[in-house]
Amino acid sequence: MREPTPEQIRDEQIYRSLGLTDSEYALVVEKLGRHPNYVEAGIFGVLWSEHCSYKSSKAHLRRFPTNGRQVLQGPGENAGVVDIGDGMAVAFKMESHNHPSAVEPYQGAATGVGGILRDIFTMGARPVAFLDSLRFGPLDDVRTRYLFEQVVAGIGGYGNCVGIPTVGGEVQFSPTYRGNPLVNAMCVGILPADGMMRGTATGVGNPVFVVGARTGRDGIHGATFASAEDPEEKERSAVQVGDPFLGKLLMEACLELIASGAVVGIQDMGAAGLTSSSAEMASRAGGGIEMVLDHVPVREDGMTPYEMMLSESQERMLVVLERGREDIAFEIFRRYGLEVADVGRVTDDGRLRLCWHGEVVADIPVTALVDEAPVYERPIAPWAGPQLEDIPTTLSIRDAWLQLLAHPSVADKRWVYRQYDTMVRAATVEGPGADAALVKVPGLDKAIAMATDGNSRYVALNPKRGGQIAVAEAVRNLATVGAKPLAITNCLNFGNPEKPDVMRQLSDAIDGMAEACLALDTPVVSGNVSLYNESRGVDIQPTPVVGAIGVLEGIQRRIPSTPPKALIEEHWSDWALWILGREDDCLDGTLYGELAVGRPVGDAPYVNLAEERRVHDLLQTLSAKSMVVAAHDVSEGGLAVTVAEMLMGVDAGGEIECADGFNLHGWLFSEAQGRVVVVVDRARAEALGAIAEAAGVPARPLGSLAEHKQIVVKLAGQSVMTLGIAELRQAYEEAIPAAMAAHIQGVAEAGD
Amino acid sequence: MKWAVVVFPGSNCDHDAAQAVRDVTGDMVDLVWHDVTDLAAYDAIILPGGFSYGDYLRSGAIARFSPAVDAVAKEAAAGKLVLGICNGFQVLTESHLLPGALLRNDHLQFRCETVELIVENHTSPFTCAYRPGERIRIPIAHGEGRYYADETLRQRLAADGRIAFRYADNPNGSVDAIAGVLNDRGNVLGLMPHPERAVAAWMTSQDGRLLFESMHRFVEEGSYARANA
Repeated sequence: MREPTPEQIRDEQIYRSLGLTDSEYALVVEKLGRHPNYVEAGIFGVLWSEHCSYKSSKAHLRRFPTNGRQVLQGPGENAGVVDIGDGMAVAFKMESHNHPSAVEPYQGAATGVGGILRDIFTMGARPVAFLDSLRFGPLDDVRTRYLFEQVVAGIGGYGNCVGIPTVGGEVQFSPTYRGNPLVNAMCVGILPADGMMRGTATGVGNPVFVVGARTGRDGIHGATFASAEDPEEKERSAVQVGDPFLGKLLMEACLELIASGAVVGIQDMGAAGLTSSSAEMASRAGGGIEMVLDHVPVREDGMTPYEMMLSESQERMLVVLERGREDIAFEIFRRYGLEVADVGRVTDDGRLRLCWHGEVVADIPVTALVDEAPVYERPIAPWAGPQLEDIPTTLSIRDAWLQLLAHPSVADKRWVYRQYDTMVRAATVEGPGADAALVKVPGLDKAIAMATDGNSRYVALNPKRGGQIAVAEAVRNLATVGAKPLAITNCLNFGNPEKPDVMRQLSDAIDGMAEACLALDTPVVSGNVSLYNESRGVDIQPTPVVGAIGVLEGIQRRIPSTPPKALIEEHWSDWALWILGREDDCLDGTLYGELAVGRPVGDAPYVNLAEERRVHDLLQTLSAKSMVVAAHDVSEGGLAVTVAEMLMGVDAGGEIECADGFNLHGWLFSEAQGRVVVVVDRARAEALGAIAEAAGVPARPLGSLAEHKQIVVKLAGQSVMTLGIAELRQAYEEAIPAAMAAHIQGVAEAGD
Repeated sequence: MKWAVVVFPGSNCDHDAAQAVRDVTGDMVDLVWHDVTDLAAYDAIILPGGFSYGDYLRSGAIARFSPAVDAVAKEAAAGKLVLGICNGFQVLTESHLLPGALLRNDHLQFRCETVELIVENHTSPFTCAYRPGERIRIPIAHGEGRYYADETLRQRLAADGRIAFRYADNPNGSVDAIAGVLNDRGNVLGLMPHPERAVAAWMTSQDGRLLFESMHRFVEEGSYARANA
């Protein structure tokens, strides 16, 4: 089949099928000074796609704070990098793989993990941890159970094999994701603070190499499909297939090559493969790249330049080496049995030039592809403000408590994370289930703290405040384990940006997140935007997911989410529960409200960023002084869930006393932010109160631990209800396994 | 004493094992690439966990053909200590240095958690520092860890004291809850759990230390020379 001519592309509007609108096509013609041929039109199509160009979000993303003393590399590279002291740094980024996972969940999730892994080692960092933020519809749906099972298997299938522990993340379930699940994968790596690599193609005449896997026909148009189509209509052929074994070898070979000092620039071939990697590397260097496509190792005969440039075959990298040191690369890659091919040169003419069979098949100014890609100020609908409504307390406290613990968003996630290798690399100090994961830094008495969070219910009800909460919750998780928060990455999962309501959500959420980042001193150093998350024309609830990074000085200073049993079981009565932060009894935005009414209700929960910051600072002080033996923050499900999780974890009972003047329903189930429950030795409780007061944080004795294995709730000194830990535990631990038990398909590609 | 950790393409617990040995024993440890043909310089050899050659075809099925495994077999025959952890255990059964086979977990999922083991043999070079019947906590992380042996072999393993560890609560459907087995001479141990992940105060357990200490003591105290005398 012959490719269409430039005239046919124009006359038959073939550019539309390549992802270009009429006006974008006209802009291409203007930038090029002629009509693009098929290869060129395809290249513009993918690089100007929403997925690669961020054309709808770019104007808004500029409002994120990206600077700080701790920031070594902000957005714009393959990953952000922050300083963690002692000459070490952390590279991290989160990325979405929502659309492929909706179509082919195992491979969609696996290649999401593989892709983010390459972004991290590209920076010269040794990857040390994965976290995954997942969203699905309700588990009563057979397709949802299939997606959930396969996404978890895919994450494990890739992560377990490459030998990087999956140490954290979250999974939430809501009807909003029924037709459009979210799969956001985060990877964290460690590198010397002065050893960062960049994705730049500098040094005229330096050779350009394609390394790793061969290029096949898989994933062609992945980037444009991700940006423009309904998942229901997506083609499986656009989904790539991952090979974690190859990914592991590629990682080891690239880290060895980077360590040799011969690498000028290196870039993962992710979305839009060879096209985006070459154009972006040239763009960052302000130069050009010339490639001879005949030299690209291909998986099958007869591949055209168009197919080679748009292929999204996995486990490939583009590397620019210092001229004269090519032998190093050949030696290393051959030892690992990987392909390495010299495909071109760095130029200074600012053009991406592709040759094939002795002819120039594409010749495009790099700036037109990357820097001058269209940026849209899409219309934003006005917002009427939050809905003000009374939230009925029709659901009894006992029923609500059990239903909340059994809600799959709250329930025990062991079914998920025991399918992940959480301990490989033998550096996991706290794995999944903790408020934040902790991974030890080799050779130092320090750990990287990491957490992901993001609650779409809050953002749907009040986008700006919801954005603030997304950052506040993720960062609070770090502080709760005693770590100092440093920076965040994010995935902005939103609906169709061509709808003014969706743009309003996006814009407001970004404003809220930006305010929280400033208040909590956690700049945004990397991130990703996933738009068009919709199913049959219905957009998902706006879901900004935040991945936060911090550092814990002194492994001994970590604060666990439940007290060590051996410590407390000798003298139960010695231990008191305290609550830090402003107490609240408002049911706005709560999961309780959603269960009672059947939809998200009211405004987003209370948050105050200045108060939030003081709580975070206080937690670090408590960690440094070893004042508390456990801390767990109040989040989805409210204080009721926090206390239950803490007590179930240590198999203890306890008594809690409602604060004066509060409505008991509201006090138990409010999801107001900035609150943390701690366990403290009674002998030190007075000191705790004094430290909190000095820090400007309200603190109150909440109750006590007890041996009787019941939660007793008191109001004005009177016991008003009692719930058995065993009953709560059953609801909490059996919800997900019971939903999935009837659904064993056993198709996971596990090994080891 | 001197240790080797064999690195296959796809091994991913190689550094963990080497680090654990260094931390626990203070001994010298070399990481050796899978194309090594001579391991005579080492007193103990570890085949680490991971996914050797991607575990394509079947776990450990390709690794058995590597030059390193020939070298391991030679040293095992000479009485050196050989420890196969997880994927290393799978390589040892595939290469017939240990009897039996490792199948897909009965629940068909990968399983990672810290489990309780019972020390069934406390006199082997790998377990001599444990107390008889001691219950220890060691992490597992595998998708294909269901040990299988036929009736005859099971009886022989039990009678000869070659079951080193059993699971207190069988996590994968292994026959007789077997977690680790010894060869007939007692100098080769394969186990699915990861002792190298249980060697520090901040890990979920420190019970793996005694396994490496056992091996160190066995070699340093000359028991191994005596056994070969």
